[in-house]
Amino acid sequence: MSDTRSKVVTEDQAIATVESGMTIGIGGWGSRRKPMSLVRALLRSNISDLTVVSYGGPDVGLLCAAGKVRRLVYGFVSLDSIALEPHFRAARQAGTIAEPVEYDEGMLQWGLYAGSLRLPFLPTRAGLGSGVMDVNPSLKTVKSPYADGEELLAVPAIRLDAAFVHMNRADARGNAQYLGPDLYFDDLFLGACEPGRRFVSAEKIIATEDLLKEGTFHTLRINRAMVDGVIHAPNGAHFTTCEPDYGRDEAFQKAYVEAARDADSWKAFSDRFLSGDESSYQSAVSAWRAEVAAAKEASK
Amino acid sequence: MSDSPALTDVIAVACAEAWRGDGEIFASGMGVMQMLGARLARATFEPDLMVSDGEAFYVAGDLPIGGTNKTVEGWIPFRSVFDTLAGGRRHVMMGASQIDKYGNSNIANIGPWAKPKAQLLGVRGGPGNTVNNATSFFIPKHQSSVFVSVVDMVSGVGYDRAKRIGGFIAKRHDLRRVITNLAVLDFATPDNSMRLVSVHPGVNVSDVVANTGFELVIPADVPISRAPTAEEMDAIGRIDPKGLRHREIPS
Repeated sequence: MSDTRSKVVTEDQAIATVESGMTIGIGGWGSRRKPMSLVRALLRSNISDLTVVSYGGPDVGLLCAAGKVRRLVYGFVSLDSIALEPHFRAARQAGTIAEPVEYDEGMLQWGLYAGSLRLPFLPTRAGLGSGVMDVNPSLKTVKSPYADGEELLAVPAIRLDAAFVHMNRADARGNAQYLGPDLYFDDLFLGACEPGRRFVSAEKIIATEDLLKEGTFHTLRINRAMVDGVIHAPNGAHFTTCEPDYGRDEAFQKAYVEAARDADSWKAFSDRFLSGDESSYQSAVSAWRAEVAAAKEASK
Repeated sequence: MSDSPALTDVIAVACAEAWRGDGEIFASGMGVMQMLGARLARATFEPDLMVSDGEAFYVAGDLPIGGTNKTVEGWIPFRSVFDTLAGGRRHVMMGASQIDKYGNSNIANIGPWAKPKAQLLGVRGGPGNTVNNATSFFIPKHQSSVFVSVVDMVSGVGYDRAKRIGGFIAKRHDLRRVITNLAVLDFATPDNSMRLVSVHPGVNVSDVVANTGFELVIPADVPISRAPTAEEMDAIGRIDPKGLRHREIPS
């Protein structure tokens, strides 16, 4: 493999290309296969005033808690096994997200798909008649030009300035592979993004000729023309799922939720886990796991 | 069969009944009781239903809730769920934090949307579900703070709103049933306002009325929700061997 064509960068190098005020898309779904190491790098930066587009999980929660989100485009924010995301709840209840844009899940897909196809909108029924129309007064409908004449919702295209997704495997040039049960909409996040800031983090960076060793060709849905930067991020989705490499760290997720309960415990959690770089985070998590295991052993 | 079935099992059967007659479509359950209902219907009187593991696979056989030993019969990642619901080949049973007399439902937030008193999930797939495929609801605690005259955010479209849209959506809009810890309800009235279908054993019609924040249509005769058959009790035991369903109902 030629090094000159490698797109491998670090999380911090990737985040250094992002500017305040940009629109960023984050792949995954809820608390599943989220590019958390990139989110953590974003937390360490001075970047703010972001528009964030996400099938939201702890990515959205953490960015809200850090006060980096001005506009949020979402269908939900959830931790899956714990239904409600505490920081997102707190931010919405305090009114600190200046511009929440709440869509139906399918509308979000349609917006990203329209963006990736360079269409101005895509029509759908999802959203019509619902509160989504009431709280997004800028949404418009379009009349079918055919005999049916149906009035449909025109979901406006979403275009992104930066996109982050996490994959199981990638080669150095950006061909990437998901080995778990669902691609979610990661291809659309990359597709809807302007070239230049399309980043894929991966559990392992492997040789191109090894891409079919662990999964069939059906798993190669992200190709290098969709990707500008590749980040080697082992355990990078932690504490969300990254099947089959690892499942969700349910105990840690629970600790995250408990820490979010008040300002003091959140500060302690942030100081312990989020104050350093990615390797400090991973070491802190390992130490925390050892402590939990020791405490469990001691209580036997 | 004992003569007084557990309330939880009556509810499981009532949930299953929501899918009766649906045939070869995706029976999708959002929550333990909803999943149990779908799998119970498939295991007994509605064998052609497709059910998922709640992650990304269609599973054959009676997969226990939370079980991992799956017989996969198909792949249903989220993108395929969206395609399937838009194609109308799905009947979903959701939860609701609020629901009104025409079936407008809310899982998004309590209080004003702009600055909610309680932020819940967001609308999720509710808007798309309710204008595209059949939708039912399981509500574990029937009370007037849930059965309200006006929901705070319409995440699921009710009959009045669907009729205002007209055309395709009004014609096919299909809210099927609402199952609670007290009763079974539906919308089979001339104006599609909510009707009491049956009360669970030991529940009086007046209990339902007292816990509903709008006027229900009450037929002259309100039957008692039926007890599970022996076959259904067997299936419930296979699908929920750990008894997770009992945690779904407030005591």
